[in-house]
Amino acid sequence: MEIVRSQRRNGSDGSGSAASLPLYKSAPSLEFRLEEFGQYAIDRLRVLQAISDGLSRGKKPEEMENLVSEQWRANMKHQDADKTLRKDIISHFVLRLVYCREEEMRRWFLSMETALFRYRFRLQNAEAQKSIMNELQLQYNVLGNAEYETIKDKLTEAARSVNFTSNPETVFYKVPFEDVPELVASRRVFILKGFAFVPRNQVVSLVCTIFRSNISKALALTNRKWRAMIQDQEKDRIAPMVEALGNVYLGPDYSKPKDCAEISLKDINQLASTSFPLCMRHLFGKLREDHHLKHQGRMQLGLFLKGVGLKLEDALAFWRAEFSQKVGAERFDKEYAYSIRHNYGKEGKRTDYTPYSCQKIIMSTPSTGDHHGCPYRHFSEENLRAALNKMGVGGRAMDDIMDKVRNRHYQLACTLTFEATHGTSCETGINHPNQYFVESRKFFESKNKQSQPTA
Amino acid sequence: MTKEKEEHREDPMQIDSNRVPTGSLLTDYLRIYYGKFFPYTDMFKWLAYGNDGKHPGCDSSYFGRREFSFTIKSDRDEVYLRFQSFFNASEMETSIKAKCPTKIDIGAVYTVDPAKRHAYAQSGFNPIERELVFDIDISDYDDVRYCCSGADTCLNCWPLMTIAIKVIDTALREDFGFSHILWVYSGRRGVHCWVCDSRARRLSKEQRSAIADYFHVYKGGENSLKKVTFSGPLHPFLARAYTDALKNEFEKWVSTQKLFEHEERFHKILQLIPDESVVSELAEKWQGNSVRWEHLKHMLQSGSKKTQGLRRCIEEIVFSYTYPRLDIQVTKGMNHLLKAPFCVHPGTGRICIPIDPKKCEEFDPTSVPTVAQLIEELNANASIGADNYVEKTSLAASVHLFRTCFLEPLIKTCKDELENAYNTMMQQTKDSLNW
Repeated sequence: MEIVRSQRRNGSDGSGSAASLPLYKSAPSLEFRLEEFGQYAIDRLRVLQAISDGLSRGKKPEEMENLVSEQWRANMKHQDADKTLRKDIISHFVLRLVYCREEEMRRWFLSMETALFRYRFRLQNAEAQKSIMNELQLQYNVLGNAEYETIKDKLTEAARSVNFTSNPETVFYKVPFEDVPELVASRRVFILKGFAFVPRNQVVSLVCTIFRSNISKALALTNRKWRAMIQDQEKDRIAPMVEALGNVYLGPDYSKPKDCAEISLKDINQLASTSFPLCMRHLFGKLREDHHLKHQGRMQLGLFLKGVGLKLEDALAFWRAEFSQKVGAERFDKEYAYSIRHNYGKEGKRTDYTPYSCQKIIMSTPSTGDHHGCPYRHFSEENLRAALNKMGVGGRAMDDIMDKVRNRHYQLACTLTFEATHGTSCETGINHPNQYFVESRKFFESKNKQSQPTA
Repeated sequence: MTKEKEEHREDPMQIDSNRVPTGSLLTDYLRIYYGKFFPYTDMFKWLAYGNDGKHPGCDSSYFGRREFSFTIKSDRDEVYLRFQSFFNASEMETSIKAKCPTKIDIGAVYTVDPAKRHAYAQSGFNPIERELVFDIDISDYDDVRYCCSGADTCLNCWPLMTIAIKVIDTALREDFGFSHILWVYSGRRGVHCWVCDSRARRLSKEQRSAIADYFHVYKGGENSLKKVTFSGPLHPFLARAYTDALKNEFEKWVSTQKLFEHEERFHKILQLIPDESVVSELAEKWQGNSVRWEHLKHMLQSGSKKTQGLRRCIEEIVFSYTYPRLDIQVTKGMNHLLKAPFCVHPGTGRICIPIDPKKCEEFDPTSVPTVAQLIEELNANASIGADNYVEKTSLAASVHLFRTCFLEPLIKTCKDELENAYNTMMQQTKDSLNW
């Protein structure tokens, strides 16, 4: 068995990194025991799950760094750095095998591994980061002096726009803009003729995009190999373990409403005013008022209602009742009914779409004529206060909520709203509109039970 | 309308070129338009991207893997046919002439011929190439224009589209390095942009999203007040947009839309200023139109007020009114269907003609040829015995623009790329065969 050293070596394990943060370029030629196969994978999965949880609660980057550091230490770290690295590599490749098999799983794994890599990279010291960048051959992209001179004014301008002072010592990397989509999207870098000029302090984004792209390709390849040979070859040994690992619970996505959680149309008004989170109340109200919603609004509200237990036939009746008052029943049937059935997985690709989480809603970009999005983020203070007033929130609670909003803790603001309107505390914190609804129903159900006379 | 009224017969249709055709009249006009005017060969050459040649590097399946969709209106119904595909220009022409669609949309290039998609597993049918596209609609600016609203536009408010073209076109070329860009009038109230460089066609959804967000400055739904906020010095792209276009256009806008003459209009601007004391001071002192705007600028730029959020207030106001408002979702998707150039807009009868970005200030949406007008010209030419009738109509200029400014340079680049890719591949094969 080859010993994996954490210091300077050149990929005898095939993973290729001098630092303790591997790039997982190719499967290691290590031998390990079957028990390690399962256990290592589960430990790593705990870390990935914690990351998933943290992200959906909207944790800030610094908080995520701490989370990753703690989780890594709790689940993966070994006294012996070599052993840690070995476990790191083995667990990654085992999980690659487990999660390559379905598109949703690949997407989740890719996102979590990239996030894990991102925060671990941030925690590395400058030397270690530099050697990882050399691994990725980024030293060839360093901006030369001559070119620097021609654009230095613009580089300074771009740096100042994100509150960063660059100096002549700052190293810049010249890469195709496709390699740093996040930086382009947020206008944090200067771009010219298709190239982005990434200052050293933004290099995390670049490194992560490359990492993500490599893992993505690897997953696709692994999937093909699995289907073509491995699944069959390993049917008695590893395949059953892989199946089992794949079924590990990943947290509720509210796409299949639980047993008796179905709601009927006649209850919907009542439920909207007592148990819908503000974002859905607002959309629901606008729909009743205008008898119309634009596409994203229909998606956000429609999928939420599906998650809440509204059946397809009832959904069609509900939307038709509203839309036909504006566009007529015929146009509704022709133009809008299709997409409702599509949401329920009855048309086209037959994907059963999942209701949007808070993270997704907060990150959406409502535009002219839109009412979707997260009110705590997208409403002006005035409009938000008015909306919360209508829900019966006032006084001290209102101030606390506004304070959270100003500090951009939108989900905490929503949690406080829940607490204010229900008169109870919400320990878990809201990270999904359907969760708000479920918690609210739970609260009212238990209240009803209490007020009923004992048999 | 009876069938005998074909184009080259003795009895030309009585055309009222001021009337927007609907129903069966529209269908008849479309039949003539598709029969005589629609530039099939040019469209084919464009979308084949050089693969229609004889070079061994050409992929003859390429054009056939492109999705088109047709909207077909009969008297009462509207039918929407997706996943149409054609092997070559002639098949496309036959199909369009036979079906006479009121609208033709262009979708993505897929891994396989869309018509055969059911034969493949779900994972086997995916979009792999698609132009980078933008859609700008003047009705998204209704809150800042007072001359028109909704689907209408006039020469007073059309400059908003001109600004959008200038800002985005410059950024696409200068910042992103794209060069094969086609701007098209959407037929009524907006413009579309097709970026056709191969690099653009191969962008992933994430990269398109990043570009869309790069351009996304005017943000916020119906319920947010301030749609543009700058927390610090402007990024070079925004600074350039401001200095080269928006600043001066806003000055003109102030005057054409009389922004400071009416209370409800300047009230909206005052709402964007995050300082109560400034707002009340201004509201007290104001008298005439231009004086107010100068006064406002002076007050906000003098730096005498240290309130947070005031430093970039002028820029925020200017951007709120004039910065391009894109439909972000159109740009982000890889299989969003977008109307093809040279379609007839059923609501106005106007042809969706290309716009030269270098001369976009000269573009006049009110004088774009209509299908009725073209048919009238065609008849007039025919009756005086001119040959090459179509060349002598108002559409000729547009087709010429399409060819010289867009198609020819694009095809040249495509052929070069195909040859280079082929030569590289041949070289690699040779190398790998060498012992």
